[in-house]
Amino acid sequence: MATLEIKDLHVSVVSEDAPKEILKGVDLTIKAGETHAIMGPNGSGKSTLSYAIAGHPKYTITSGTVTLDGEDVLEMSVDERARAGLFLAMQYPVEVPGVSMSNFLRTAATAVRGEAPNLRHWVKEVKGAMADLDIDPAFAERSVNEGFSGGEKKRHEILQLGLLQPKIAILDETDSGLDVDALRVVSEGVNRYKANGEVGVMLITHYTRILKYIQPDFVHVFAGGRIVESGGRELADVLESEGYVKYTGSKEAATLS
Amino acid sequence: MAALSTQPHSHGAVVPVASRAEHFTSYDVDAFEVPGGREEIWRFTPLKRLAGLHSGAAATGSAAVEVNAPEGVTVETVGRDDDRLGKAGVPGDRVAAQAYSSFSDATIVTLPGDAKSEPATVTVTGPGAGAVAYGHIQVKASQFAEGTVILDFRGSGAYAENVEFLVADGAHLTVIAIHDWADDAVHVSQHHMKLGRDATLRHTVVTLGGDVVRVTPVVQYAGRGGDAELFGLYFADAGQHQEHRPFIDHAQPNCRSNVVYKGALQGDGAHAVWIGDVLIRVAAEGTETFELNRNLILTDGARADSVPNLEIETGEIEGAGHASATGRFDDEQLFYLQARGIPEEQARRLVVRGFFQELIAKIAVPEVRERLEAAIEAELEAVGA
Repeated sequence: MATLEIKDLHVSVVSEDAPKEILKGVDLTIKAGETHAIMGPNGSGKSTLSYAIAGHPKYTITSGTVTLDGEDVLEMSVDERARAGLFLAMQYPVEVPGVSMSNFLRTAATAVRGEAPNLRHWVKEVKGAMADLDIDPAFAERSVNEGFSGGEKKRHEILQLGLLQPKIAILDETDSGLDVDALRVVSEGVNRYKANGEVGVMLITHYTRILKYIQPDFVHVFAGGRIVESGGRELADVLESEGYVKYTGSKEAATLS
Repeated sequence: MAALSTQPHSHGAVVPVASRAEHFTSYDVDAFEVPGGREEIWRFTPLKRLAGLHSGAAATGSAAVEVNAPEGVTVETVGRDDDRLGKAGVPGDRVAAQAYSSFSDATIVTLPGDAKSEPATVTVTGPGAGAVAYGHIQVKASQFAEGTVILDFRGSGAYAENVEFLVADGAHLTVIAIHDWADDAVHVSQHHMKLGRDATLRHTVVTLGGDVVRVTPVVQYAGRGGDAELFGLYFADAGQHQEHRPFIDHAQPNCRSNVVYKGALQGDGAHAVWIGDVLIRVAAEGTETFELNRNLILTDGARADSVPNLEIETGEIEGAGHASATGRFDDEQLFYLQARGIPEEQARRLVVRGFFQELIAKIAVPEVRERLEAAIEAELEAVGA
């Protein structure tokens, strides 16, 4: 039973002049089998939370702890965190010219699994996983994310999620920029991942629409660098009708209408 | 140009001192002044490290030229009075003219016409540490010939030369010049390429070894429809100076050129210089050209200078462009790969290999491709990147 435990997390970003505090004391525990939706307006620090957990060098942890099954995540390098079972599906996946998707996936799977996957099984596994996400097999020979559309990048993030089977997945605005069909395909991919094992999901989103496809067990409202309210699925419904005005003082819709 | 700018080069930022068309050429070394280091074409080159190649050093040794030629390809060693020599171009700087004035015999490799030949390898071994040598090589692809010539430079010493590539009408010639010199070597070379009507040349320069390596590839067209691709791949380590100065002279209509040079630099005093000149003369209507240089700086203390110059004398062209970018390792790429569990060292290698992949993939000779991949791995091992 995997548990990701975040306690009183404070994070700053180094900007041009002085460091700026973005996360101001985040407390959150995600257990295997649970899906937590983190909802909040733009600029509330949702993405910072995801990058800080993954270990992006731009962010400095000033206080607090993050543990995965009791192990200190903040002491680990970025790749150690991934091998320990954390995964971040990024809002803006990075292009890596000259590195083919197939080479990348196999290198990542070898690192995370601790041994190179059997070639024949692997080819079959990747083909199947790509087909499930409606990804053209030709993408396997293209450079990582290079020239991919926004939707294609998101599908490939979920492809990696499925192949790497982390204990805890953080999905950073995976729904942003997706059309209806792509949102459905990507959500089904997340649901397959959830169904495959005892895993925990942190689903970061601005809008409620992805929650029609992926059922959250908990909904947290994120504003001003911390969680300001937590509840069940019904909290998302409240956000859908009322927006974030209660938390920010400004009118920002939680729906696309 | 700034050594650490990731900004694409801005148009008009570099104004050539004089038109490339006025660039002086001569077979006679005495027609050139001894450069002092402030001249436009010498200002990046460490003259003190040239072992006198620029200031009249006499030959004190010779470079061994060995040709491994497949069936059908002829190899001749000829005297300097052979009237076939010097047809592909005229030396454009004092060292090239010194080499032309000083070599004692030349090697001519001829690919048979209307036939496909297996790759030929020309291995040039330097004169040895402390010695100076001059040489001359001519590669001729006869009409409708198709083949590959690999130039493999090894060993020690100072060596200046001219290499001629005569690509006859309709011929397809692939050239791979690998500078795999020992650490002390100094090599200054001009490649003269002349393309006949509808001739195709793919010319790849690989520079790995040597103390100072300066290569000036010059392309001229003798008829319409010529197509030249110039690729370069270099890896400069601490203290190495690697300079590549491609010049494409478009003086015939409907010709095409594409220049792509990519280099990685690491270590204190590693210096790469790329000067890419393209001149589209009035007569060269329908020209299509693009040139690109990219440098990847892996550590502190390395410096890359990159200067693309594009001169266009006619508006009736298909297209012309240039781009230059020099950047540090992309931390976002590293983060992305590491976030998928790939250890940092392996992630760095993936990114560097990926950087060169576009060029390596174009090398059609598997042994050469494998050798380059291994060489890049070895370079990365050396610095622990």
